[in-house]
Amino acid sequence: MQTAQTQSGAEGVTAQTAVNLDDIMQKVAEHKGCGTSGGSGKASCGSGAGENDLPPEIWEKVKNHPCYSEEAHHHYARMHVAVAPACNIQCNYCNRKYDCANESRPGVVSEKLTPEQAAKKVLAVASTIPQMTVLGIAGPGDPLANPEKTFKTFELVAKHAPDIKLCVSTNGLALPDHVERLSQYNIDHVTITINMVDPEVGAKIYPWIYYKKKRYTGVEAAKILTDRQLQGLEMLTERGILSKINSVMIPGVNDQHLVEVNKAVKSRGAFLHNIMPLISAPEHGTVFGLTGQRGPTAQELKALQDQCEGEMNMMRHCRQCRADAVGLLGEDRSAEFTTEKIMEMEVNYDLETRKAYQAAVEQERDAVVAAKKAEMESLAGEHSDIKMLIAVATKGGGKVNEHFGHAKEFQVYELSTAGAKFVGHRRVDLYCQGGYGEEDSLATIIRAINDCHAVFVAKIGGCPKNDLKAAGIDPVDQFAGEFIEQSAIAYFKNYLDKVKRGEIAHVARGDAEIRQGALTSAEAA
Amino acid sequence: MAYMIVKDNCTGCTACEPECPNQAISETKDGLFVIDPAKCTECIGHYDEPQCVAVCPIDDTCIIDDNYPRYQAA
Repeated sequence: MQTAQTQSGAEGVTAQTAVNLDDIMQKVAEHKGCGTSGGSGKASCGSGAGENDLPPEIWEKVKNHPCYSEEAHHHYARMHVAVAPACNIQCNYCNRKYDCANESRPGVVSEKLTPEQAAKKVLAVASTIPQMTVLGIAGPGDPLANPEKTFKTFELVAKHAPDIKLCVSTNGLALPDHVERLSQYNIDHVTITINMVDPEVGAKIYPWIYYKKKRYTGVEAAKILTDRQLQGLEMLTERGILSKINSVMIPGVNDQHLVEVNKAVKSRGAFLHNIMPLISAPEHGTVFGLTGQRGPTAQELKALQDQCEGEMNMMRHCRQCRADAVGLLGEDRSAEFTTEKIMEMEVNYDLETRKAYQAAVEQERDAVVAAKKAEMESLAGEHSDIKMLIAVATKGGGKVNEHFGHAKEFQVYELSTAGAKFVGHRRVDLYCQGGYGEEDSLATIIRAINDCHAVFVAKIGGCPKNDLKAAGIDPVDQFAGEFIEQSAIAYFKNYLDKVKRGEIAHVARGDAEIRQGALTSAEAA
Repeated sequence: MAYMIVKDNCTGCTACEPECPNQAISETKDGLFVIDPAKCTECIGHYDEPQCVAVCPIDDTCIIDDNYPRYQAA
């Protein structure tokens, strides 16, 4: 859907700063061939792309970025600072009045920060969590609707912590006005939320936008928004800034349309597409929550992600975190870093300590990759149509190292003779849920991983073990402390052997539920 | 001659403050925003619609203050 307005996006680019669009598209196209090349086949695809799948300059940008690299997200942490409360559009899945300390969703935040407070917080977190490599500004409004606060924060952080990568997440309406400045500030990751490229669809998602001192509604508003989003994306690509596209999957509104969105953003050079499930519950007070609009099931989400994967890199490890989240994806340590606490902290930002720690992380990471590669060789020559999902309880580091009862989420891998591929995660924490008592927490977990054949854990008690078995899910604790993918491949090989010998019959599993609730630390509760 | 911000609805999001052509909007100690009725012109003469109303994310938050007569352009 190329419009006159998006085509004019190239006009502001000077010969010096512009990167040849064809060159970039060529590079993007080259690393798409992962389905047919390399021993691990599809397992190395998408956001799981590794060092050998990407051009070196792109690998350098994504290798330590937990949101842009599935592999990195097991090892590196990110933080968001909530310096940008104002927004310039209204979305039906967002309620700007809502804040619950125990609730984790985009747009939700407990306190807003000044750029100076935010910079102090970044240094405090970076000193405490040396694997924190990325600072994002993602609201709770739109960072580019608050450009002075956003750029001031980046300026302060770049000055004091030059090793931290900077990124923004925007709705795209103001993006074309700020691309030049983003490139000046060395921001090489920009996320744009694009839910539609058809204004008729957009009118069902966005009640209004505020643009050039005027409020627009309906199809007219959505038309302006999509034109600005695609224009902004093209401008980023021309400057060699990596872009990720977030799309909220809203069944019956834009679910099938997201295939069109995928094509539109791919053709404009987007690096990664992140299709997320709608989070929608009446108590959130959003339009969709109040009208009873449902989110997708786990199978619906995966089917759409799989459908788009042939087109471009898909991100499946997004945790839809808060605008003030801190820590590894899947954990939230923001409660340790409230403004009150950081203002009292002695901050000693030591670049060398951080480098040394990250070098150790790299060793651990290399070990994960080597273990997976070695195990894959044992699958060589095996061919089977069997595919199965497993759920894994992990604390990070790419290992099976969390107790079943302590897990706040399970990571989901798809196993086939092509290897073990990360395909998603399921929240199972119980905070802020209301109505979920201790006694039915196990039932909640089973609903969340009901599409999995097995659950890998470091340890599990006798009762839940029996209940899982009764539900048809194999509780596996024999790989405690070992690497996830290596263990998964070994398990799958054994499973295939049993099927071949006729000891077990392979039966497809049913669907699973995507939780609408929180993902926060127990400390915050 | 002025708009006012309904305190219970205001989220303190800051969106309105920079859009006001009269610098009539300011932040209070509790992080919310108020309109100075002496400065507010309802955007008459500046824009087709009052900017605080156009940008505010919460409906019925920036409303006409009945304690003041409607603004008359000079």
